[in-house]
Order: sequence, then C-alpha cells, then structure tokens
Amino acid sequence: MRIEALFLLGVAAFFGLVGIIYWFWGYEQGGTVMLVGTTLLGFVPGAYYFWWSRRMRPRPEDRPDASIEEGSGIIGSFPSSSIWPFVLGMGLFLMVLSIVFGLWLIAPGIALVLSSLIGVTAESRRGGTV
Amino acid sequence: MTLLADRQATHGHEHEHHEGPTGLLKWMTSTDHKLIGMNYMVTSLVMFFLAGIMALLLRAQLASPHSSFLNFQQYNALFTMHGSLMLYLFAGPFAFGGLANFILPLQVGAPDMAFPRLNALSYWLYLSGSVTMLLGFLVSGGAAAYGWVAYAPLSSVQFSPGSAPDLWILGIALTGFSAIFTGVNLVTTTFYLRAPGLTMFRLPIFTWNMLVTAILILIAFPILTAAMVLLFADRHFGTHFYTTAGGGSPILYQNLFWFFGHPEVYILALPYFGIVSDVIPVFSRKPLFGYKGMVFATMSIAALSTGVWAHHMFTTGEVLLPFFSLLSLLIAVPTGIKFFNWIGTMWRGQLIFTTPMLFCIGFLLAFLMGGLTGVMLASPPIDFATHDTYFVVAHFHQVLFGTAVYAGFAGLYYWYPKFFGRMYRESLGKWHFWLMTVGFWVTFLPQYVLGLWGMPRRVASYPSDLGWQGLNIVSTIGAYLIGISFVFLLVNLWVSWRKPVLAGDNPWDAHTLEWFAASPPVHHNFERLPPIRSERPTWDFHHPDARTVAHGNGHRTLVGAGVGPESGNGDGSA
Repeated sequence: MRIEALFLLGVAAFFGLVGIIYWFWGYEQGGTVMLVGTTLLGFVPGAYYFWWSRRMRPRPEDRPDASIEEGSGIIGSFPSSSIWPFVLGMGLFLMVLSIVFGLWLIAPGIALVLSSLIGVTAESRRGGTV
Repeated sequence: MTLLADRQATHGHEHEHHEGPTGLLKWMTSTDHKLIGMNYMVTSLVMFFLAGIMALLLRAQLASPHSSFLNFQQYNALFTMHGSLMLYLFAGPFAFGGLANFILPLQVGAPDMAFPRLNALSYWLYLSGSVTMLLGFLVSGGAAAYGWVAYAPLSSVQFSPGSAPDLWILGIALTGFSAIFTGVNLVTTTFYLRAPGLTMFRLPIFTWNMLVTAILILIAFPILTAAMVLLFADRHFGTHFYTTAGGGSPILYQNLFWFFGHPEVYILALPYFGIVSDVIPVFSRKPLFGYKGMVFATMSIAALSTGVWAHHMFTTGEVLLPFFSLLSLLIAVPTGIKFFNWIGTMWRGQLIFTTPMLFCIGFLLAFLMGGLTGVMLASPPIDFATHDTYFVVAHFHQVLFGTAVYAGFAGLYYWYPKFFGRMYRESLGKWHFWLMTVGFWVTFLPQYVLGLWGMPRRVASYPSDLGWQGLNIVSTIGAYLIGISFVFLLVNLWVSWRKPVLAGDNPWDAHTLEWFAASPPVHHNFERLPPIRSERPTWDFHHPDARTVAHGNGHRTLVGAGVGPESGNGDGSA
C-alpha cells in the first residue's frame, strides 16, 4: 500500500509545485485552478492510502516473498453477468438523444435509468447473477 | 520445478463449469472483462476503419489543386470526423478499453476487473457516444465541421448551426464518462487485485503505463466534459463563457480544451509505449533493460504532459511562453530514456523478427521522427512559423500513427494468440507491416516539406501555381498504400478464423502472467498461478535453471561469473 500511496502523493507534490510556479509566473487563473484540482486528485486518495499504509500489515501483494497460498480466500465478488449496465447505458443514451431529437425521449430514458438502479441494487443484495 | 499453488479456493464459486447466457444475450449481459475488452476492440477498429476511409477521401480531394471532388463543407466535416473518430473513439478506447481491459487483469493475476458492472457500463456509454457522434452524418446540414478541437467561437450556434454539433458535443460527453469509469476500474484493479508477491515494482510495464494513463484520464477527461457542458450552455442556454460579447473568453475554451487535449496525447501514447516495452524483451530474449528507469520515465512523461497544455496556443499571444516551452522541451528527456532502454533491451539480444517485433521497430522509427519534430515545435519561434501548416499535421500524424497504429497493431498481433488461442499467419502479417511502412513514410514525409513551403492545414483547395501538387500526389499515393495494407490484416483475421492453427498457451515463450493463463483464458482467468519472484513470473516458471536475473528477483543469484549476452539488465537486484 505504501508504494501506491507515495505514487498518488507524488502526483500531488508535482502538480502543487507546478501550480505554485505557474501562478506566480503567469497569474493566469484558469490553468491555476485546474492545477489545484489535479493536486487534490492526488492528495486526497494518496493521504488516505498513506494513513492506512502506516496502520496495516503489508498485504501479500506488497511483499516480494509472499506465496500464492497467502492470497487464498474470498477476494471479492465478481458478478458473472448482469443486464443492468446495458439498461443503464441505454437509458442514459436516450436521455442524451432527447436533448437533440425531442424531449419525449426523456420519459423512456428516465424509466430505464430508474429501473436499472432498482435492478442493480436488488441484484447486489441477492449477491447473485442475472 | 516448483509445485503450483492451487488458487481454486480464491473464488467462492466454481468457474470450471461456468454457465451463463449465450448469443446476443451474452453480449448484452456479460461483465467478463475479456468479452468487454473484445467488444471495445471490435468497436474501436470499426471506428478506425471508418476514420481511415475518411482520410482517403480527404487525400483524394487534395491530390489536385482546385479539386471539386468534395465541397468545402463536406471536406470540413470529413476532417473533423476523421480526427474525432481517430482520437476519441479509436486510439484511446482501443488501448484503455480494449487491450487494457483484456490484458491488465491477466497481467496482475486477477479474476476480473475490480468493478465488472461499471466496466460493462463504460462499454455501453462508449458505444452510445460513438453512435451519437456518427448520427451527425444523418441529420440535416451534415456532421460537425469545426475540427476535432471545436474551438470557440467557431463552434458557437451562430457559426455552426444545426443539430450535428450538438450530437458531437453530447457524444464526447458520453465517451468522456466511459473513459473516466474505465480509469477508475484500471486504478482499482492495479491497486487491489494483484496476485501475492506481485509488488508494484514487479508489474509488467504495460500495466504500469496503464495505471499512469488511468491517472491521466482522471485528470483530463472531467475537464473535457466540463468544457463540453459549458459549450453546450453557450450554444443553447444563452450563457457567455466563451463569447466576448457577454464578458467571456474564447481563450478559456482553449485553456480548458488543451488541459484535456495534451494529456490526451499521452493517454494515446503511454499505453502503446507499454505494449512496446512488453513486446521487445520477449522477442529479444532478454529482460527489459532499465525496468525502474522505464517506470519513472513513464511517470515523468505523464506529469510533464499535464503541465504543457498551452503549447498548442503559442500563437494566441495569451500564454506564458517560457514556462510552456521549457516543460515541453523537458519531455524529450524521459522519452529519450525510454528509447535508450528499448535499444538497450535489443542490444546483444537474440532478436526474433516476428510481426509484433517488426511493428515495434516501425514504431521506434516513426515515433523518433514525430518526437524530434515535436521538440522543434516546442520552441516558440519555430512554432510561430509553422503553426497551422502541414508541418504540424505531419508531426502529429507521425506521433499518433507511430503509437496508436504501429504499437497498437503490434499489441494486436502479439496478444492475438491469447485472445483466440490460435495463430495469425506470419507472412500476411509481414506484408501488412512492409506495405504500411512504405505507405506511412511516403504519406507523411512530403507533408513536412509542404508545411515548410507554407501549405496551411484544413484547406480543401490550394492554388495551382505554388508547386504543391507534386508532393500532394505523393502523399495521396502513400495514404492509399496504408489503406491497402489493412486488407492484409483483414485477410489474416479471415484466414485464421476459417483455418485455425492452434497456438497453445505461451507461443512466444513470453514473460508476463497473462501467458500463464489458458488461451483463450477461462472464465475468471486463472486455474493456478506460478510463484511470483520477479517481473517475469511466467518465464521464471518455464526456465527454472536460467542464469538471467530479471529485475526484482532477490532470491536467485547469477550462476557463474560469465556475463553472456543474455545476462542481467543492469539494475537487477541479485
């Protein structure tokens, strides 16, 4: 976890530095705001990971001498198949098209998005597949 | 031989006898990263061929001075859609949606991407965004015609009326979200789903580059989406973000766009650097030279690339020239390190010139030429003289063709046996390479000269008394050679589909973990994993007595003092 944390903190450090130089050299607002945003993108998760990395034992994937057996056990839940990403994607597609081709398309779009939200929640609670 | 550890217990359910939907329903419901990656690859290759056909039409127009093959509006629409399809819908999604989706979980030893359903949603948003953008051809007025950058005020409702520009903007927004979701997935997969012993500094370079690319996506794409929302608001809701009339600034659009646009160039380059860094060691029979240098070079390129956005705006007179020029020139340093390491990997190796290796060497030459002219353009005096001429066109085509096409198809040929468990035909692959290489140089070298003679980009017609026609004809011939070369790719795929030659799990005697899985990989990827003690676990497993020392191998020493051609890579920690 430590390398991951340092990687993200490195992003923050670099763009923090560049942001400071850029502001005091050019006084240009748009670019500075984006550089500050980029700094935060690295700092927020990086600081969280760093905080954790000092409080946890190295995971098997952090240790060069770990054996494959140490990684056994449940490592996550991976649904095999699910219709809901398709439904959600098509709902968003219709909502976007409604802006150009007529607002009536927004009704089926919202219906699909809502049904996919309900569907994916139910599916996750069942913990199963389609 | 080391005994394999059983990883069956890793997954809560059986994956031997996976049963799920088939046919169309399988395509719609699958959350398997391999199927989604394949969907991405097929869709992005369709986009590539569509955009390539548009390029051929553009070159046909330019072959003669006052050509009436296309009218000006058609020409503008075609170069806009050529650029948009190539950059937004082919080069990026082919790498981070297609190859990375398929390969990255295999390279880290994971059963799937971290968020499989989010991954599927990314694909559907990408597909619907692509369709949205292409619908522009069907509405009245024709497709968007303001260039792939959509500069304000040209993209305002006054100068680009009709619904096609709106479809273009909305298509970009949809694919932007798709890219962000994929970026989140790639970072999480790399951070959390690595196999035991696969430390960060043992990751294959392709995975490292995809991780850095994913961070760049997370930096760049939200800003693009924001810029598009503001542009849409300017067009329809009467706001004035980019119009001087209401106190806005068109330069703001350029700042926002290029803060996305320049990292985007490296989003399109770094994955392909990763492919080359994986392919060259395998076909040089050596570990990668300078592993850590490669990783830090990737990070430096990515970091610097986000600080150079305004070097596309030198001629606006509104930007800090020395700052952007300095950072742009600095990018040459880590890129040079990469070249040094690629050549160092090949140095005294046992080179095997298979099709993927040839494409990698083609990449090195193409990217060298594109990169060196990039260094020239980083200097404001040269940029002032050549801005918006064919010199710039030739430069960025050499860069992007070098990465997305040369290295991209190197990856496609290299991993083809893994995707389908069967081999392509080597001779057809070599025909593809040589014809494409001839076409590539014949197309773009004349464009440098045309640019220096002053031929502007984005013109459908040019005067006949300037002597530009000869080189334009040469360039057009080259473009058609490139087009023909891809027939060999399609024939190759056809032949290997009709008359399969089985490849086996590891036909290249390759290094990284994806070659330990079956070809094609089973559901949830791995039945078992080898012990991971260096950056190339599959090779270690198949060559337990080898004398070579890969980076990160702290448990094996070099046998004997002889330093043969195949010995260590300099910073191996044995």
